[in-house]
Amino acid sequence: MSAAVKPGSAAGVTYHTPKKRRAGWNILGGITVVIMGFPVYWMIITALRPSQEILSYHQKLYPSSVTLNQFKRAMDMPNFWDNVKSSVIISAFSVIIAIGIGLLAAYAIGRFRFWGRRGLIIALLVIQLIPATSMLIPIYIQLNKAGGLNEYWGVIVVYAATTLPFSVWMLRGFIINIPKELEESAMVDGCSQMTAFRRVILPLLAPGLVAASIYALMTAWNEYLFAYVLLQDNDKYTLSVWLLDFTTQRGTDYGALMAGSILIALPVVIFFLFVQRKVASGLTAGAVKG
Amino acid sequence: MSAADTHASGQVTGGRPIGPPPASHRSATKGSGRTTPRNRQSRTLPYLLITPALLIMAGVLGYPLVDTIVLSFQDERRNNLWSGTAPPWVGLDQYTSVLGDGEFWGVVVRTVVFVVVCVLLTMSLGLLLALLMQRVSNWMRITMSSVMIAVWAMPLLVATSVFKFMFDSDYGLVNQLLTRLPGVDYTRHNWFLNGTSGMAIIAGLVIWGAIPFIAISLHAALTQVPKELEEAARIDGARGIGIFRFVTFPVIKPVFVMTSTLSVIWDFGVLGQILLMRNGHPEQDYQVLGLYSYTQAFTVNSFSRGAAISVITVLLLSGVSVYYLRQLLKIGEVE
Repeated sequence: MSAAVKPGSAAGVTYHTPKKRRAGWNILGGITVVIMGFPVYWMIITALRPSQEILSYHQKLYPSSVTLNQFKRAMDMPNFWDNVKSSVIISAFSVIIAIGIGLLAAYAIGRFRFWGRRGLIIALLVIQLIPATSMLIPIYIQLNKAGGLNEYWGVIVVYAATTLPFSVWMLRGFIINIPKELEESAMVDGCSQMTAFRRVILPLLAPGLVAASIYALMTAWNEYLFAYVLLQDNDKYTLSVWLLDFTTQRGTDYGALMAGSILIALPVVIFFLFVQRKVASGLTAGAVKG
Repeated sequence: MSAADTHASGQVTGGRPIGPPPASHRSATKGSGRTTPRNRQSRTLPYLLITPALLIMAGVLGYPLVDTIVLSFQDERRNNLWSGTAPPWVGLDQYTSVLGDGEFWGVVVRTVVFVVVCVLLTMSLGLLLALLMQRVSNWMRITMSSVMIAVWAMPLLVATSVFKFMFDSDYGLVNQLLTRLPGVDYTRHNWFLNGTSGMAIIAGLVIWGAIPFIAISLHAALTQVPKELEEAARIDGARGIGIFRFVTFPVIKPVFVMTSTLSVIWDFGVLGQILLMRNGHPEQDYQVLGLYSYTQAFTVNSFSRGAAISVITVLLLSGVSVYYLRQLLKIGEVE
């Protein structure tokens, strides 16, 4: 791994990033925050504005007055709380199933050599090549036969299955990064494979589990096409489908839509901010060398 | 961690029955020595571990996939679905009619251009952001990842609505801001009248929405790069790009390959954004493969034609991603 760079050229200059340079990077970071964050900002201030200011020919970058009226209107929409309930149930169970089952499969692929392993890896990768929407009708027909239509479990199973291949692949990456010697020394000390897994691997795997859970949660929380087709009762829909109510033939109620959007995005953002520290501490704890 | 190591543990096996609950197994291990019992179970254990995943994938994805292929050789319409009558077999008719359609090939070209532009921009911007996140102060990194999570957490429908609002011909901020520039008049400019500018906005939406996932994944991968390795390279005289190419990138390559593959797949499947941006009725200029299959199935009302297009899409996609699949397989083999 010898880089083809002139030797001896200013070695050690960037050993510790100098303060001056870090300030430059921070400015660049600030610019990206502004660009990436702008649509989010626009969503938030649109939600806080009075309606007449939203449909204006002279948009201002900041609201002249702030009102929580849009939120009230969004929450007063029919089925809001029912749909909160469905979203929570469906997301929670599909994440638990996808991560639980995915962890087992990822451990098998990451730690064992077995007949069919290669085939399984190919299957995991190929399955992801197929646009899920192209299987909407067959899935619908099959769930109809199984009695899973308009039932939470039908959507849960679909979400768990569609997030599974990627969760397995992701967790597998984290598992193979944990030195096998750690398990082996635990087993030399008298642990069984399963105990070694539980006591040694699982704690080190926490960041990976969090990352995979976030992925599964986002997918389940944001998906709307399957929820829309597979569920039928208005009070069983998820929040993503509920958002469709704001767009009518007469136009889009942007204010309430943005307020509703914030209500939906908030739990996910809070969840992530909450676990972000765990991810960071997990990564440092996981950085055990030798 | 060579392949030999992992093989060795699998070869020394006995006839021990698999999968006792952890607690009882633990005491059994204590009683019967050190390493052999765990080796005994490792022949069947992996199969036990993958069974749940296989079952759920076969049921929810495998069966419908077979069904899609079967459907593409039939002529299923909505009335077949509701009346329960069996659709007639038509052989390759769906395929010949789809492939002989000039419109279809226009859609293919548009899709490929769209996907290439989106993936290139998403991956390069995502990588630059990940590298930037490594270099900024702690508080800035937290700010950056918070913003990116907020972007990522936005439901598809929401993100699309915000962009639709920003590019609205009457009330859109973009038109109003552009008009303020001297000599520019974008009053009531309709970005979606022209398919190219409309698709560019949709591409912007897709890229903007995909960057956080890429940047966060790559940043997570970057934290796995041993500091000592970079420092050693630096002491040896390597600089910026050299270190990245020969030290940093090899470590993050698996994640990079994986995320770019996913980008290709996801961008191939873009459907909701276009559908919502065009109020459920996308014009000809906005048809991409995923959407085309959906439109043919639901609007034109031929599930079989839609299924045939899906199958062709998957075949094209596998052609495109053969390289990536081989890369991923190599990664899966090495570890």
